[in-house]
Amino acid sequence: MTSAGTIVVDIDRCKGCGLCIEACPQKVLAFADSKVNVKGYRYVVLVAEGCTGCTNCAIVCPDRVITVYRQKKTQ
Amino acid sequence: MEATDIIKPENIVYQRSRLMTDQVLSFCPGCGHGTVTHLVAEVIEELGIENEVIGIAPVGCAVTIYDFIAIDWIGAAHGRATAVATAVKRVLPDRYVFTYQGDGDLAAIGTAETIHTCNRGENITVIFINNGIYGMTGGQMAPTTLAGMKTSTSPFGRDVSVQGPPIDITRMVAMLDGTYYVTRQAVHTPAAVRKTKKALLKAFEVQKEKKGVAFVEVVSNCNSGWKMSPVDANRWMEENMFKYYPLGDIKVDGQLLIK
Repeated sequence: MTSAGTIVVDIDRCKGCGLCIEACPQKVLAFADSKVNVKGYRYVVLVAEGCTGCTNCAIVCPDRVITVYRQKKTQ
Repeated sequence: MEATDIIKPENIVYQRSRLMTDQVLSFCPGCGHGTVTHLVAEVIEELGIENEVIGIAPVGCAVTIYDFIAIDWIGAAHGRATAVATAVKRVLPDRYVFTYQGDGDLAAIGTAETIHTCNRGENITVIFINNGIYGMTGGQMAPTTLAGMKTSTSPFGRDVSVQGPPIDITRMVAMLDGTYYVTRQAVHTPAAVRKTKKALLKAFEVQKEKKGVAFVEVVSNCNSGWKMSPVDANRWMEENMFKYYPLGDIKVDGQLLIK
């Protein structure tokens, strides 16, 4: 399974609230395994393929740490 | 397709508004304030009015909002944001003027200013974040706190026979002739965020029509004050807050949609 989209997380701004994990319809987001950022928060990473670039995670993020990329369909 | 092939500037479908500064938001993890702050910046950017907009900052959790959105701001005394907005709008009637207030600011200490501004029908936008608690000062009971809800000053739950029922100030101002657009939204799910953004867009656009106050309430969580995780707080909000504060438009184009 390939991904049509992907995300880049600004790790050091992430506060680890987990709202994006709840909002992801593909369930491809999770907290990084036993790692924290400079502020000591757990942070979110993409853990599986299947991201569609739907932007749901980015718009529920209160700190807007997620930038979403989506491959344009080629004609 | 490898992920690294997709990460190109032309493939960006969502990123932070360029009006947001590099300052990290002072809100707690998962707080609805952060989402609404970003939505305000996105709406101002989309409308292209960043040089014509003046925001009035409240006292409360959002007191340092002038550090986050790179537009002109005035910090008002506690509760008096709508009074300051009135003055700004009357001196500079061609600018977009908005206030950003919490429930402690707008519905407690600023009740008089809020009601009279709405009664006079000033052409401003009021953004009201209602989380049913005084967040910044440590989770005390607010006028908007739900019946039976535990806070640090009502440890056995709000007793309606002593403290009265929660105040629904958004319905109150909708009854006044001075309001033109009144709505209640939330930011707990992606769909709700998109609706709130539309409501904010409309609230800024109606200022051009000079028909009265545009009032947008956003029911929000306060996971620190409610002593819950952000995800649980959103769930609790859906189950309890939305019963007393139902979402949806209350007044559109000056026409009341509720009885």
